[in-house]
Amino acid sequence: MWRFAGKRALAALLVLFAISVLVFLIFFATPGIDPAARIAGRNASQETLTQVRASFGFDRPIWVQYGLMMQHLFINRDLTSFVNRGSQVIPQVMQAIPVTLSLVFGAALIWVVLALIMGVAATAARGTVIDPLILVIGVIGVSLPVFWLGEVVNLVTQSRLHDTVFAWVPQLGYVPLTDGVGPWALHLLFPWLTLAVLYAGIYARVLRSEMVASMNEDYVRMARAKGIGETRVLIRHSLRTSMISIVSLFGLDFGALIGGAALLTEVVFGLQGVGKLTYDSLQNFDLPVILACVLYASFFVVLANFIVDLLYAWLDPRVRHV
Amino acid sequence: MGSLVVLIIIVLACIAAPLYESSIAHTDAFTSNVAGTITINGQTVPVLEPSTEGLGLGVNPIAPTWTAQYFLGSDNQGRDVASRILYGGRNTLIIGFASAILCCVLAGIIGIVSGFFGRGVDAVLSRGLDVLWAFPVYLLAICLSVVLISSSLTIGPVTLSSASILLPIVIIGIVYVPYVARPIRGQVMSLREREFVQAAVGAGAPDMRLLRREILPNVLPTIIVFLPLMAAINMLTEAALSFLSIGVQPPDSSWGTIVNDGVGLLYTRPWVAIAPGILLAITAVTLNLLGDGVRDALDPKARLRGAA
Repeated sequence: MWRFAGKRALAALLVLFAISVLVFLIFFATPGIDPAARIAGRNASQETLTQVRASFGFDRPIWVQYGLMMQHLFINRDLTSFVNRGSQVIPQVMQAIPVTLSLVFGAALIWVVLALIMGVAATAARGTVIDPLILVIGVIGVSLPVFWLGEVVNLVTQSRLHDTVFAWVPQLGYVPLTDGVGPWALHLLFPWLTLAVLYAGIYARVLRSEMVASMNEDYVRMARAKGIGETRVLIRHSLRTSMISIVSLFGLDFGALIGGAALLTEVVFGLQGVGKLTYDSLQNFDLPVILACVLYASFFVVLANFIVDLLYAWLDPRVRHV
Repeated sequence: MGSLVVLIIIVLACIAAPLYESSIAHTDAFTSNVAGTITINGQTVPVLEPSTEGLGLGVNPIAPTWTAQYFLGSDNQGRDVASRILYGGRNTLIIGFASAILCCVLAGIIGIVSGFFGRGVDAVLSRGLDVLWAFPVYLLAICLSVVLISSSLTIGPVTLSSASILLPIVIIGIVYVPYVARPIRGQVMSLREREFVQAAVGAGAPDMRLLRREILPNVLPTIIVFLPLMAAINMLTEAALSFLSIGVQPPDSSWGTIVNDGVGLLYTRPWVAIAPGILLAITAVTLNLLGDGVRDALDPKARLRGAA
């Protein structure tokens, strides 16, 4: 297991390095585009441009430029925005990270629990109307534009029904966990549900098909032969092995979530997370902020994938030897 | 089959956008109509009414009239939302399908080459795919869009203007390549060991012939199964990028930009944001169902996205 973990950690580091190089190339080495003008923002003065060129070493070889970028980002952590003159970028990102993590983990918890319930129910009642129902929920989930769903939720809870049914829904925004669990969860409730709706169906569908397939496996027949009750067979024997596919799917979706659905959800619900920060900096082309957000977000995605790999190997020992 | 019919209706409606604009709505979908008026029930009503709330700044666009003119109301520049949605649908559909085709072709080539030749080629291509795979799709698309969309791009003799919809097509097409290339690579690798391919190798068939006659016909169904699914994903991605203002650029519209236009009007004129989202969702659902249907028809054993 340790050997496996070491190998995966090394691979994760390599991937991180490759991503940083790719981002660097996109931002600083796209042919025909002056990176200094990009970083300085729209209509920057000559003076700012010179400052940017010196700070990022655009007159020096390309690997020095890469080194300088990484130094600004991760070592000195003194990357500054030129659009919002002089504001430090990294503290902004650091402040935003807990918001994004609160959103993502809360939503993930909800959709995994929902998917487990739906998946187990569908397996127990296979061949009934629940099966096609879950299929439909899954398809609708992957087809809904998340930003649109969020806006509709806002429309209903903040405007149309705010005076009656949803009077208890607080204003949009984020309240830190230190202000109490209640307000924190209440502010995040609808963003969580919006995200969970997208994924619960598809997870339930995957879980159901895995569980139904496992019903024909020897270990399930063995469990039944021992006289174990159907519920226990479902949960202790079938569900446990079927969780493996959910775990690997979660690893994939986490990345998509941080950079995609969660970003959009933050924008729609006004949560000041990494996604909202990226969005705000997109609006005024504040490149240093975008750069920092993208690299820090990728870092979390690679880290999450690493953890998922370990979890996977722990659940399914065969993986360790591949 | 039902989903195919719905999809065709949506596509036809979007193709007919100019017809709708000129002969039904009688409004211009791309120029502001701030001072315009229309006649409803014999009364002349301004398209944009000065707002009476708050400081009296800003305007209140006309609500959906549910008649030919301004069927879904107007946006805050006095443009007919219904015709803009039809025009926007064109962009969303074109970008969705074109990038899906681009993605599947690229992924097909990479997957086949990597799976067939193996060794060094495979190592290089696979590592490249791994990196793209680990890179969150939207973040990659954001990086590319930010750099490319703010100014025109010149590569050799080709100049792409920043407003060209080719840019989102290429960007979205590229970011999803690993999702298709990986399964294809795996399939080609296992095909390569099958008896009929080995028999062809034994008969002295050159690589090109093996690829063309033995491998390609067997992976083509997989690629075709991916097409509608990728088209759905790509459309949602396009809309999301446009919503973030780094996809289709104004004054052009797409379903994403119209939802974005509607955000500011959400509590007063919700239909501007709701209508394009509904169309987008319906289109994506039909494409997903179509993809499932195509898969059942072509490749009953495949298990994409873990479907039963």
